Amino acid sequence: MQPIRSVKQLESYRETLRKGRDPDRKIISVCTGTGCKAYKCDDLASALQAEVKSQGLSDKVEVVPTGCHGFCERGALMVTYPDDIFYQKVKPDRAAEIVEKTFKGGEILEDLLYVDPVTGKKIAKESDIPFYKNQQQELLAAGRRIRPDSLDDYLAIGGYAALAKVLGEMKPAEVIDQVTKSGLRGRGGGGFPAGVKWKTCAEAPGDIRYVICNADEGDPGAYMDRSLLEGNPHSVLEGMLIGAYAIGSTQGYVYVRNEYPLAVSNLNAALAGAREAGLLGTDILGSGMDFDVQIVRGGGAFVCGESTALMASIEGFVGEPRAKHIHTVEQGLYDKPSNLNNVETWANVPLIINKGVEWYTAIGTGDVSTNPWGGSKGTKIFSLVGKVNNTGLVEVPMGVTLRQIIYDIGGGVRDGKKFKGVQTGGPSGGCLPESFLDRPVDFDELTKAGSMMGSGGMIVLDEDTCMVDFARYFLNFLRDESCGKCTSCREGLERMYQITNDICEGRATPEMLPLLDELAEVVRDASLCALGQTAANPVLSTLRYYRDEYEAHIFRRECPAKSCKAMIRFSINERCNGCNLCLRNCPYGAITGEKKKGDTYKIDQTKCTQCRICFESCKFDAVSIDTGVMR
Amino acid sequence: MIEFTIDGKTVQAERGESLLKIATEQGFRIPHLCYHEAVQPYGACRLCLVEVTQTSHGRKRTKLTTSCNYPALEGIEVVTQSERINKNRRMIIELLLARAPKAKRLQELAEEYGVDRVRFPTSGAESDHECILCGLCVQICRDVVGVDALGFTGRGVNKEARPPFGEPSTECIACAACVEACPVDCIKMEETHTLRTIVRWERTLPMRVCETCGYPFAPTFQLMHFAKKIGKSLSDFRVCPDCR
Repeated sequence: MQPIRSVKQLESYRETLRKGRDPDRKIISVCTGTGCKAYKCDDLASALQAEVKSQGLSDKVEVVPTGCHGFCERGALMVTYPDDIFYQKVKPDRAAEIVEKTFKGGEILEDLLYVDPVTGKKIAKESDIPFYKNQQQELLAAGRRIRPDSLDDYLAIGGYAALAKVLGEMKPAEVIDQVTKSGLRGRGGGGFPAGVKWKTCAEAPGDIRYVICNADEGDPGAYMDRSLLEGNPHSVLEGMLIGAYAIGSTQGYVYVRNEYPLAVSNLNAALAGAREAGLLGTDILGSGMDFDVQIVRGGGAFVCGESTALMASIEGFVGEPRAKHIHTVEQGLYDKPSNLNNVETWANVPLIINKGVEWYTAIGTGDVSTNPWGGSKGTKIFSLVGKVNNTGLVEVPMGVTLRQIIYDIGGGVRDGKKFKGVQTGGPSGGCLPESFLDRPVDFDELTKAGSMMGSGGMIVLDEDTCMVDFARYFLNFLRDESCGKCTSCREGLERMYQITNDICEGRATPEMLPLLDELAEVVRDASLCALGQTAANPVLSTLRYYRDEYEAHIFRRECPAKSCKAMIRFSINERCNGCNLCLRNCPYGAITGEKKKGDTYKIDQTKCTQCRICFESCKFDAVSIDTGVMR
Repeated sequence: MIEFTIDGKTVQAERGESLLKIATEQGFRIPHLCYHEAVQPYGACRLCLVEVTQTSHGRKRTKLTTSCNYPALEGIEVVTQSERINKNRRMIIELLLARAPKAKRLQELAEEYGVDRVRFPTSGAESDHECILCGLCVQICRDVVGVDALGFTGRGVNKEARPPFGEPSTECIACAACVEACPVDCIKMEETHTLRTIVRWERTLPMRVCETCGYPFAPTFQLMHFAKKIGKSLSDFRVCPDCR
């Protein structure tokens, strides 16, 4: 294509694109995000494409392989526009039937519909499904209608209009002012007001400035940024372009994990498309602005998500953080003023410019008109995982309650189990108990409660989760990911891990509890970077809200969740009807008995390894777990 | 020059100078292990923690921070001793002592701060004078000596300061600057009449013997390194500094 050389040309090109697209043509949007890839969504998309062609519907129906739709639990997913029919768990071999019956015959395939676990009713329209109905998708919505690698698709839905507006009508200072007034706060976890950061960076002395997109999302189980980059890379790029204009930068970097191959590839395609169209390069849209973006792939160290470690890594050094007493907005990458925001923050920027500060500040909590820390505005994407019915990516306005997210959208706890807690904010987030379910979710409320927003991980725990084991799990992750530079983080996390391990394995002494308290506070207060300063959160929050579980382990050798192997014993109770399934499944030959009703099966405690297989395979609830019995 | 206070006393300094450096010059005692005035502050040991009260973005906040890498700024209030600071210092000493129980410097600090026991299991006999990862050897070799024979590998407690690939060093000039700088004496040096060994880096190099007094005065490789740096040749270093 010919480079677009002015705002006017951009708008006329957009008009041509729109005219060339038949508004009556139906769209089948097939999720081809990473989650659905495991369910052969690519085969599904190509099978649908082939069927549309062979059944002669090419003029009437278009198959669009898109980024993540969010409802990963139900993959592979497809939704039709404008009819809004939602099919889930679709296998590629259903393609012919779908095209023939639904698109030729107008018939809905009942067995592909979503069944509401609460009412038991089938729901045909996506917008009626509680998982979607209760969300407010502002960032994710666009990604469900476009091919991630297609610039034309992005332009057709209004892409780069915000950039055009900024370059055509606004001065850099006005852009910063809008972003400040919008109350946009950093979605990477810190919650620092983006406008304040931009302003400091723009005013820092120096001729070279960098903008950086942090896509080093490393929380286990979290994939908000991954999905945004995979599904709508141009929206992130547009945000960076606007930031670069506001700050006065000519070079941008995206630091993305090498483990995100699809994100890297879609981003590369987006960069190539934008360069070809003249949206990156020199004299962008005739404004005189020069800007380009380079991708730097990270090796996967969790600490490289920390801004100073990330910058060290871009420079080619070991990803080790440094103290930020001189901020990176003043001296960052190559000692130049550098403005780093994460993927989701950048993706918010075009939205703010397009829809305006008033629209944006109407969403969320607090008042940011005078103080940018005064509230949390806009939407936030959470990756809702763990023991919840509807796992997936959810986007909600700031300020909804945890209950709304977990129950209205998430459909509550799996298998009718009791809710025990929710960890927000990734591995170094805290865990909040049931009494917090009705608290609004925003930056300040979560921090007050002893957890954090983080980048938006949300892990739901049920009654079977041992909270000491939970703390141990994340300590194990963090002690491994600690860069090892500062004493408190390196040694402190290792020692906290050892203590929780001793507690779980029944070796703890009473003095270990106050020692853990003390240690957690030092790790929080004395560590160099945000990794160490927040790493104690899983311990601090569980000590605060689930202290009785620690005490049960230490003083009574009991694991209330019946999960810690050293403190539980399996036995067969009177409900046993002699089916011998447990005996056959036990990999250690620990169960003895005759296959007949009335016989008493026995578990040999010297052979039992607490693998839980008998417990899980028994259909009659005849395997009991006792705790508090030291073997 | 800017003005700020340390424990209530008004001091003047260049903007951006290290708080630890200024405080030490002013006679305040702040413990430290990884700070050395010859290199950039690294901020690893966390012993030099102080409390700094500062106003930024209209909000007055007090934070616990290391003084070695904190820049002197107009109007800040620095506190070098408080219960909060000592509580953290004590735990850091205890953590380091668990790692290197026989380090004399740590034992002295433990006594000074009243750390009378270590509540963590120590790793046993092999941890005799173990490294505390202060990074001084790496920094000094790179930034002062200019040889860059050492680096960090690994993460977390598995982090190590050592020559590349964990092999005996091929770059080390046996100048012993690291031996001198190590706060816990875990880099040992052995000398015979003609050879010097830096035990930790498994590097043994010949010594230059003074042509006048016959005494070995420096490793030949070190002399070569410095001769090259100042544009001279090894033959310019035939006699020891005493006989020159």
